[in-house]
Amino acid sequence: MTEPLIEIRDLNVWYGTEHALKGITVDIPARQITAVIGPSGCGKTTLLRSLNRLLEETEGTRVTGQVLLDGVNIYDRGVDVTEVRTRVGMLAPKPFPLPMSIYDNVAYGRRIHGLPVLDKGNGRHLDRIVERYLRAAGLWEEVKDRLHSPASGLSTGQQQRLCLARALAVEPEVLLCDEPTSALDPISAQRIEEQLRAIKTETTIVVVTHSLRQAHRLADYLIFLWLGELVEAGPARQVFQNPRDERTRAYLAGDIG
Amino acid sequence: MVPRPRISRRKLEELFFQGLMIISTVGVLGSLLLILGTIVWRGLPALDLAMITQTPKGGYYLGQEGGILNAIVGSLYLALGGTLLSMVASLPIALYLHFYAARSRWAEVVRLALDVLWGIPSIVYGAFGFLLMLWLGMRASLLGGIITLAFLELPIMARGMDEAIAMVPAALKEASYALGATRFETAARIVVRQTAPGLLTAVLLAFGRAIGDAASVLFTAGYTDRLPDSLLSPVASLPLAVFFQLGTPFPKVQERAYASALVLTVIVLVLSVLSRWLSRRLTRHVIR
Ligand SMILES: Nc1ncnc2c1ncn2[C@@H]1O[C@H](COP(=O)(O)OP(=O)(O)O)[C@@H](O)[C@H]1O
Ligand SMILES: [Mg+2]
Repeated sequence: MTEPLIEIRDLNVWYGTEHALKGITVDIPARQITAVIGPSGCGKTTLLRSLNRLLEETEGTRVTGQVLLDGVNIYDRGVDVTEVRTRVGMLAPKPFPLPMSIYDNVAYGRRIHGLPVLDKGNGRHLDRIVERYLRAAGLWEEVKDRLHSPASGLSTGQQQRLCLARALAVEPEVLLCDEPTSALDPISAQRIEEQLRAIKTETTIVVVTHSLRQAHRLADYLIFLWLGELVEAGPARQVFQNPRDERTRAYLAGDIG
Repeated sequence: MVPRPRISRRKLEELFFQGLMIISTVGVLGSLLLILGTIVWRGLPALDLAMITQTPKGGYYLGQEGGILNAIVGSLYLALGGTLLSMVASLPIALYLHFYAARSRWAEVVRLALDVLWGIPSIVYGAFGFLLMLWLGMRASLLGGIITLAFLELPIMARGMDEAIAMVPAALKEASYALGATRFETAARIVVRQTAPGLLTAVLLAFGRAIGDAASVLFTAGYTDRLPDSLLSPVASLPLAVFFQLGTPFPKVQERAYASALVLTVIVLVLSVLSRWLSRRLTRHVIR
């Protein structure tokens, strides 16, 4: 295992009185794809949303424990939540483009953060930045002639790749993906998977999936949740071939969940 | 097979409610046409170029020369000023309710207050504005009218915007938060764009109430036969022009009252059509 980038320590989450995550402690390795698997309702989305503090946008949530990003607890008082979310990007299950043009969608994050859009030295111009991330998301060829038309006019598959480009344009260190292909057709899903594999050399990826096949294809590291508890975590190959816990074995065999 | 009645109860129910809907719709359109018909029929004969290009000359209210340009310009100034002022307050209120007060009890108190304000008759706003002006030592003026109309418009506009913003999907706001945007950036750059057509509708509804209201401007804006020349001098308005002219004993002047009402209606119609067109353009980017 490489150096951990995110260290989760005794993380608990409540929705009102419902205890959704129970004492999760696990490390997420840098520049690999970590897949979070488990049956529906076991807390996968909750775990993901605790990593960029998006949970606090839902009313009545309570979080205890620590999430260390490069050694700093993102839940510490002094930590700026917008900075956390700049470093930890997210891709939602259903694409939600912003109500603006394709170009502006990709530029949005950079604009609000005042990230460099013009750098005379290597000619980094916003146009080129937009192009670069649309390419990284595998969308450039399809939209290069209509960059300034509304993003709402794209197909669902294209919209999801736009959301990927939009997230990457902020240059996050971590990208959280919550069932990123569940709303997509197989071709679009495949393209998203390809892009995720392509960017993992630079970005740490955590992907929630209910599809064991997808976990097989993508994961370097695997986390198995069950009823809000962490049952097993380890290198994907080892967990798949030789699960230590009985519940993991049953889930992988399709006996439960 | 179970025997069935020829017209089933379900079918009857369907027919009944469909009929009810059609009757109501026809009723609405019918009364609109009736009102329009009346003002066109009674007002059109009196409507000439002079009516809309001249101010009242001496003897106008006895049936002689002149027009109601003073009231047309006055009403536009009053309603546009009131609407602008009200917008400046309404949009922050609506955004505050969603982004900062969220679902708190405080937000509910504010909404209740706005709903109550919505129901208060405009004469009360007029009296309130009048008292406020007395206290400030102002006399009836364009500014006084604008401020009073802004109060009158505020609940309509703020609640309309509030309802429009409530329709924004949580996932859209989260998409913006997830990119590291602040609440304010999300409100100003995403939510305002997404709800632009709805915000515009709220503005138009409030404008319509403002330009058509007589009672609130009676004491606060006054009336004059001259064109408005400063914020601090009195100003005429179309609803009052209708009211005064209709109150004269001369049929010719009463006809002019209907012509004035026609002008007022046309202004509202033109604005509605314009805002529909604008709304369609603004809908281009809206995410569904
Ligand atoms: N907004 C919410 N309010 C209340 N309970 C919630 C909310 N979101 C999730 N939960 C509960 O938390 C548990 C974990 O949910 P979630 O993280 O969405 O699971 P998963 O993504 O694995 O399907 C579930 O029991 C669910 O009912
Ligand atoms: Mg989920």
